[in-house]
Amino acid sequence: MTAQTVPGTEATALPAVHRSRRATVLGLTGTAAVLLAMAALPYLVDSGVTGQLVKLCYLVALASMWNLLTGYAGMMSMGQQAFIGLGAYLLFVVNDHGVNVYAGTLVVSALVALLAWPLSYLAFRLRGGYFAVGTWVIAEVVRLIVVRFDSLGAASGRSLSDVTADPVLRRAFTYWLALAVMAAAVLGTYAMLRSRLGLGLQAIRDDDTAAGSLGVDVTRGKRTVYIAAAAGCAAAGAVICVNSLGVASPTQIFGVQYSALMVFMVIIGGIGTVEGPVIGALAYFLLDKYFAQSGVWYLVVVGAVAIAVSLYLPRGLWGTFAQRTGWAVFPVRHTVGR
Amino acid sequence: MSTPLLAVQSVDAGYGDFQALFGIDVEVAEGELLALVGANGAGKSTLLRTIAGSLKPSRGTVRYAGEDVTGAPDIQRARKGIGLVPEGRRLFPSLTVQENLQVGAATGRQGPWDLAKVYETLPLVADRRARKAARLSGGEQQAVAIGRALMGNPRLLLLDEVSLGLAPLVVDQLYTALPGIRAEGTTVVLVEQDLGRTFAVADRIACVLEGRIVLTGPAADLTREQVTAAYFGTGAHTEAISP
Amino acid sequence: MTWLSVVVQGMLLGGIFAMAAAGLSLVFGVMRIANLAHGDLMILGGYVASVTAAHYGVPVPLTIVVSMVAVGALGYLVQRSMLDRAMGLGELAPMLVTFGISVVIPNVLVQVFSNDAQPLSVGSLGTASIHVGGDLSIGWFPLITLLAAVAVLTVLQLFLHRTQPGRIVRATADDRAVVRLMGVDNRRVYALTTVIAFGTVALAGVLYTMRQGGVTPYEGQLTVLFAFETVIIGGLGSLWGTLAGGMVLGVAQSVGAQISPDLPLLAGHVVFLLVLVFRPQGMFGRSVLA
Repeated sequence: MTAQTVPGTEATALPAVHRSRRATVLGLTGTAAVLLAMAALPYLVDSGVTGQLVKLCYLVALASMWNLLTGYAGMMSMGQQAFIGLGAYLLFVVNDHGVNVYAGTLVVSALVALLAWPLSYLAFRLRGGYFAVGTWVIAEVVRLIVVRFDSLGAASGRSLSDVTADPVLRRAFTYWLALAVMAAAVLGTYAMLRSRLGLGLQAIRDDDTAAGSLGVDVTRGKRTVYIAAAAGCAAAGAVICVNSLGVASPTQIFGVQYSALMVFMVIIGGIGTVEGPVIGALAYFLLDKYFAQSGVWYLVVVGAVAIAVSLYLPRGLWGTFAQRTGWAVFPVRHTVGR
Repeated sequence: MSTPLLAVQSVDAGYGDFQALFGIDVEVAEGELLALVGANGAGKSTLLRTIAGSLKPSRGTVRYAGEDVTGAPDIQRARKGIGLVPEGRRLFPSLTVQENLQVGAATGRQGPWDLAKVYETLPLVADRRARKAARLSGGEQQAVAIGRALMGNPRLLLLDEVSLGLAPLVVDQLYTALPGIRAEGTTVVLVEQDLGRTFAVADRIACVLEGRIVLTGPAADLTREQVTAAYFGTGAHTEAISP
Repeated sequence: MTWLSVVVQGMLLGGIFAMAAAGLSLVFGVMRIANLAHGDLMILGGYVASVTAAHYGVPVPLTIVVSMVAVGALGYLVQRSMLDRAMGLGELAPMLVTFGISVVIPNVLVQVFSNDAQPLSVGSLGTASIHVGGDLSIGWFPLITLLAAVAVLTVLQLFLHRTQPGRIVRATADDRAVVRLMGVDNRRVYALTTVIAFGTVALAGVLYTMRQGGVTPYEGQLTVLFAFETVIIGGLGSLWGTLAGGMVLGVAQSVGAQISPDLPLLAGHVVFLLVLVFRPQGMFGRSVLA
């Protein structure tokens, strides 16, 4: 190998490292336009449509959170249902204390973030697959504790005590809440990845030992992500609760099926990209809309597709597309160029 | 001259975008000991890995015992009798010394080497047989690594940097095993940094510089000055001397 | 029941957990794959036995063999067709694949056999017990399951430490690249490992099903947690630790059930989390952290 640097020469022009500003602006403008259009929908379309979009919104939020955890911080969680369930159940608590469900969603996210902080110390005792199962056990423990409170409906679920009376307004408010949670999850992920923390995270995902030796505070970065993802899932859980005016059963809201869903959406869409979970959630949403009535076989197909995609299209739909075209709605990568 | 046991012909090899070997040609006759000399990063270990099949060449062929083995995976080459003592020894740390040796016999090849003969040839490890490999000294580890390769009864033994990081006294002990190994007719290719030792044991020497063989010849015909010049890539004697 | 009796019942229950966990631990040790479908494979094992007994008239003891062979063969297929490929894609892919399998198995079972429990009875053996003294009596069947667990773990231990294939499995766990230099095809070792793991977990599943008198499709979501908890409580890389881990978990659940019928699961999980806090390397093993 030959030495590259010539000592003494002026202007050893370092190659410029940049992130395409034009793409960033374009992406954000486009996103803002889509969000604004979506926000206007309750004035334009039937409430049945927005009712369905509520589901899409919380799916996107959940997928983004799981992607943040697994795709960016390398922590595969099977236990985000702990925070979804807690979000829903804590909403009962704050709602019972007179906070409306919309502001309550924000309060609940903050509360769950506070709870997730000590839980992270427990979960971080484990790594890899054991981390996945550890988070799952934590979710089970949370469920088993929650069902011991009769005021929360014990094992049979309960409904919200104080909701907007006017059904039209309520549906619109619910939809806007879901939209806001989705926007916060996606844009929050994007902002996090573009921050200094984001760079560190990607280093952690690639090799956390090396990242540590380069001065990235690995545990702190992971903890931040874990707490943020918990808060995001709690907000989604609160949306689910508001949307169905309560919780049908603790087994459902704390069910590992939510983890399965998140895995599926992120894998299909493309793990480790901001756009992937959105695409994956959309794919799942459509699949669910048209095939859910075909019963259990549909779940078998969901599992089989997840296996096939992880084996034969590991970058997922968006990841493969982005790699071929170089497109990004949310550019987080730096490129070295002229 | 009869067919050489090993013939490496115009081999290019590397890791990803990084090319480490450029048009390497080497032949080793049955029973011969070839020493590869060169600076760190010259490509010696890469060459051994290419011969053992751990690394696929991007160009060229590797012929062994008259057969083209370029496409054969490392597993098959091991069964055919190419034994590699890898860089860094790479023992199985949770296995005992004896278990490490026993796993070496997994090539399924018949031959002179068994536990008793290995312990006899490498006395350094004979009284360590029940100890976990992770708890051995560097010299003991190296002895086990050599013994493990011998247990596979190789016809061609590739020794990568036997002396790396070891005290000269320990290296002397390891080298005393070499005549016993060669007495069984085993062909040896070894990588060695110490020129004195190289000249003492080698039949032939090949100098590797930046992925190319710049000098090769019988040890008896080469001088230390020629080899040193080739090692550093200085001087005019960089064209090959035919054997 | 007295507390002594509660503890003994828990220890007997722990045998099944240990048997289920052994394969999980083995697969993780050799391939670094955390098999998230392990619990569902256990349940699948129970289904194979139950269905062959009920629909094909296979004698109950023989269903154990049928189940082990069938699930073991599935292990070979899964390893060869999916996990080998997944292992080449990184750390996450194998976990995703096993998770996908854990979604497929119970839903196929529901579709084919409905949500109803599939019965599997061992007849009078299920209720027979030995009176030990005081109010302590030990059921024959739970005792047999514990003995079977000890036997399985002993055979595994002997295989891994006293036979050449066993040594090669351990060597592959240490360094999968270097065994190739000894002429060992690491993928064949993986296949062997998976077959052993799937076969033993099927055995555990059949015994579990016999003990419960039947099995339902989604129970794998519970048993996978039990198996992982057993491995972590016992400590990775130690089969006897796994036995102890199973017993600790069994006793925790048994004691929890004695306090209140809705407590066994919570008690087991809490003991697991306590071990995680105070002894993360498990009782007998290398650290899970490393």
